[in-house]
Amino acid sequence: MFKTIFMKAVATTALTVGTWASAQAVDLQFYFPVAVGGGAADVIQSLTDEYVAANPGVKIDAVYAGSYQDTITKVITSARGGTPPQLSVALSADMFTLIDEDLVIPFDDFIKTDEDKAWLEGFYPAFMENSQTGGKTYGIPFQRSTPVMYWNKEAFREAGLDPDVAPATWEELVEFGKKLTKKDANGNVTQWGVRIPTSGFPYWLFQGLTTQNDVILANSDGNKTNFDDPKVVEAAQYLVDLSKVHGVMEPGIVEWGTTPKAFFERQAAIMWTTTGNLTNVRNNAPFDFGVAMLPANKRRGAPTGGGNFYLFKGSSEEQLAAAVDFVKWISAPEQAAKWTIATGYVAPRPDAWETEAMKAYAADFPAVTVARDQLEFAVAELATYQNQRVTTLLNDALAAAITGQKDAASALKEAQAQAEEILKEYR
Amino acid sequence: MLRREWIYGWLLLLPALVFLFAFTHLPAIATIWHSFHSTPRGRRPARFIGLDNYEKLIGDPVFWKVLGNNAWFALGTIPTSIGIALLMALWVNDRLAGRAAVRMAYFAPTVLPLIAVANIWLFFYTPGFGLFDQITAALFGWPQSNLLGDHTTALGAIIVVTIWKEAGFFMIFYLAALQSIPVSLVEAARVEGAGRWTIFRRIIFPLLMPTTLFVSVNAVINSFRLVDHIFLLTGGGPDNASSLLLFYIYEIAFKYWETGYGATLTVVLLALLSALAIGQFFLFDRRIHYK
Repeated sequence: MFKTIFMKAVATTALTVGTWASAQAVDLQFYFPVAVGGGAADVIQSLTDEYVAANPGVKIDAVYAGSYQDTITKVITSARGGTPPQLSVALSADMFTLIDEDLVIPFDDFIKTDEDKAWLEGFYPAFMENSQTGGKTYGIPFQRSTPVMYWNKEAFREAGLDPDVAPATWEELVEFGKKLTKKDANGNVTQWGVRIPTSGFPYWLFQGLTTQNDVILANSDGNKTNFDDPKVVEAAQYLVDLSKVHGVMEPGIVEWGTTPKAFFERQAAIMWTTTGNLTNVRNNAPFDFGVAMLPANKRRGAPTGGGNFYLFKGSSEEQLAAAVDFVKWISAPEQAAKWTIATGYVAPRPDAWETEAMKAYAADFPAVTVARDQLEFAVAELATYQNQRVTTLLNDALAAAITGQKDAASALKEAQAQAEEILKEYR
Repeated sequence: MLRREWIYGWLLLLPALVFLFAFTHLPAIATIWHSFHSTPRGRRPARFIGLDNYEKLIGDPVFWKVLGNNAWFALGTIPTSIGIALLMALWVNDRLAGRAAVRMAYFAPTVLPLIAVANIWLFFYTPGFGLFDQITAALFGWPQSNLLGDHTTALGAIIVVTIWKEAGFFMIFYLAALQSIPVSLVEAARVEGAGRWTIFRRIIFPLLMPTTLFVSVNAVINSFRLVDHIFLLTGGGPDNASSLLLFYIYEIAFKYWETGYGATLTVVLLALLSALAIGQFFLFDRRIHYK
């Protein structure tokens, strides 16, 4: 009797030690946001599972954390509560916020071999602009995008325009827009020429216009903005004039979320939106459509957008090493290609486009290469310290200008003064 | 003997008191304490800054804008939703055909999650192909409108959604109150020859006053508490035209992580709500209970 109990105890202890040993495998918690519809969360989960299957020593708990905004809130809250994740995807523009909160570790400490260096240098430079500051790399590009221009070829044909040629300059956008704007018998517009959504985060598409006007909105140290630069004012005036003067765009704030629907319903013949909507448009547009880079003014230009991988303080050496290894794996060409094909995000490395899968996909659907080719002209998304606060100042100024509350120059001047107040302590 | 009952009494109260202190009073006190401190950031801990946050508050144009919006929002939603609730309750209290279905229809907005409600209304308001534009274009040939994207109409559009959502909820309270009014009172009045309007004005409405107080306290609290639909419908825009106090607090505290200033704004909200609740109870409570 005693013996059996004893043996049981030994067995239980052995078992416990056994599970304890396997629990010594590295556990990682990984937060990720999803900003586009469809199965992006499933793709991340299946990629994570694939990695874990190939690396039995590592366990990754992939946590879907909502929108970008929810994710950064969740990351900061859990870090303040003492349990930060080891790895997270967060908005590339939130890099300075994460540094300011003292939460992230640069990837440089884990770049030792030449192979590692080659990996780090293999990303598109336009994406790295939002990933590096002070000579350190804090973010590794993952779900990155740029805005592109979609146009309805049927509407172009009806308006007597060449259906295969998109407006290439600001003047052409207005000129084409006038031809494309249709009115009914009562004089009410039934189809607008152009639609540049301005709800929620107007700064992003607006940054397309400022880049085209050859001006940057913030310096690369994230502590100075240029909101009141005459070229910025000019870009804002152009955006306002699209409705007020030229009458080619719907007046007031234009909703971001319903923009693809408006395009499908032929309410707008040209729309600007993220390349992340590509699969959505491909599946739902009831007409032939084209995809082009944003038009140029003084130069071509667009912001980048989307999320990077970040490493978090409070993790053990083993965890960090495993996290870096996972990031290297998921950004490798095969995985990046899978991700791009499933979502429409731009594969962040040129070598991903060399894979067979990507080549076949791009040959079948050439529109996917537009966003990639535009990277040559792309700049860092507006990012500063206290990023959410500073971009809100710009958003509010733009909203005031668009709704006619203030003129563009004075609205932007006020926003600049307020941003200056916030950012001066970071210089 | 008396002493033992006294102990029993407090013991029975203890669990509730613990929760009340832990989740209501302590956070409130902590919020007031935080409002005198700067926001801690990763590299800089919070420090005592006295009334700086309050000075900032007085000079913050967005705060005043938001406070004004909230006043309009309260004025726009409270009387209308209570009035409509009362009308609907009187209506479905009568013996009309299919009143169960009508009651359910009125109550439906209340049981829908606010995010779903906001999503539905977002598409009602959508310029061009939204429900409103389709109807006004077909009936009157009006041009397309942009109710949520215009600073003059954004708050009004949100008020309409809120009334639609709130009225059904308040109706339930009125309905319950109406059914507890003794039929004999109305019958007696009829025998005396009183008309419907007199019966309502002299008997039913006065007897509904405790419910009206309860509902109005709720409506006031809700007018400061309802923010979910703003996230979806306008995000507070354009240029803060439809932002309300609680939404602004969320933005300051959790979007910009200015928790110190967020605490200061919360203190203002606390003070406002306390003042309104105390005012309602002390001014009206004694006048409306008939014994």
